[in-house]
Amino acid sequence: MILKNRNLISIADFSKDEYHHILKLAEGFENQPVSDIAKGKVVATLFFEPSTRTRLSFESAAARMGAALIGFSDASNSSTAKGESLADTIRTVSCYADIIVMRHPLEGAARLASDVATVPIINAGDGANQHPTQCMLDLYSILKTQGTLDNLNIALVGDLKYGRTVHSLVEAMCNYNTTFHLVSPLSLKLPSVVKMHIKEHQLVYHQYTDLLEAIEKADILYMTRVQRERFLDIQDYEKVKNAYILEKSMLKNSKPNLKVLHPLPRVNEISTDVDNTPQAYYFQQAQNGVYVRQALIAAILGLK
Amino acid sequence: MMKKELVVSAIKNGTVIDHIPADKLFQVAKTLNLMNESSQVLLANNLDSQKIGKKGIIKCQDIYLQQSEINKIALVAPSATLISIRDYSVVEKINVGIPDYIEGTVKCFNPKCITNNENVLPKYNVIDKADLKLQCCYCQKITKKDTLTFL
Ligand SMILES: [Zn+2]
Repeated sequence: MILKNRNLISIADFSKDEYHHILKLAEGFENQPVSDIAKGKVVATLFFEPSTRTRLSFESAAARMGAALIGFSDASNSSTAKGESLADTIRTVSCYADIIVMRHPLEGAARLASDVATVPIINAGDGANQHPTQCMLDLYSILKTQGTLDNLNIALVGDLKYGRTVHSLVEAMCNYNTTFHLVSPLSLKLPSVVKMHIKEHQLVYHQYTDLLEAIEKADILYMTRVQRERFLDIQDYEKVKNAYILEKSMLKNSKPNLKVLHPLPRVNEISTDVDNTPQAYYFQQAQNGVYVRQALIAAILGLK
Repeated sequence: MMKKELVVSAIKNGTVIDHIPADKLFQVAKTLNLMNESSQVLLANNLDSQKIGKKGIIKCQDIYLQQSEINKIALVAPSATLISIRDYSVVEKINVGIPDYIEGTVKCFNPKCITNNENVLPKYNVIDKADLKLQCCYCQKITKKDTLTFL
């Protein structure tokens, strides 16, 4: 398995075995996060649209291994604002860095960057298209909390229609004999193309509009936000907005191994009284993002 | 008795596009921008065809098609046959067909795709030939028949 110099643009770029390898490496970084294995390496973080959380996670990952960091956090401070093409920016930064982590508002931007870059590219989100490292940290979090990825009951809650994170997670978990419990307002159901994907793997999904029903069955409760902008009719939003808010009291009949995940940032979809329950795992999940990104950077740079 | 081929008169040099489905004739003509051609262009439609029922045919005097134009015909009328004529003789005959992979030619229908915002040729994997579906190699969205526009 050779991950050195590979691009990670979409989740389909790595095989199942390669993901397992990264998850294993991530565990090593969790046990020993600080080292100087990336000393002398330069990691560029090019954020053509702001995403503070993702950028800091990558920068923390690189810094913990001793790499130097260059980049920008907002395209208005970069040469793009002066009209430079994406291809030219990437070619230039390829001369300065050993690996490029990039986020861009347009779909397919990371693929284009990988066409012209002379160093590997990690996609940290290209519009609504792909955000593969989020999916990997979700897998890592599931593995850590359940001890396995196989045969789990995963409840996905909230906006299942537009949530890129949810679609990627469903696709990835289809490899592990997962039973899916889909909880959403009727207008924000999982798209049929993603449901087809579940069926093609001969797996089962159940759909609910009531969150409580799904909680009892779940090993993992993956919460996402229901955004007002997604509703054509504001009254429809008003009707459902409180139905997908998780509160501590709702966890009392849950399985003992249940963990609550959320890609963050949270607005109000998880009540703060959940934060101190043993089920809450979303901040640890964010922490796991750093280990997974350390693993990815190390593997792609070929660090030992 | 008049021979069938003479329904539209023969050309000395140029291209004949045969076996165009009758309902696609004008789309092919438009795609090739034939209304702005100064040389002789002959169009005939609703001719009987054993292969496709009713067909259209286009004969273009002194015009030879570029690969990019052939690619467009392939997407609009994959059943078409292209015949190159020199001095009244057939020098080449190709069945266009839909390729597995397309570079350029088609605009990605997704306005948020990088190919619609940067100077880069779109690329597609053809994931369904019968019911035309092109998956963009950049944004991964699928351009279909009803969202098809040429570059
Ligand atoms: Zn596209």
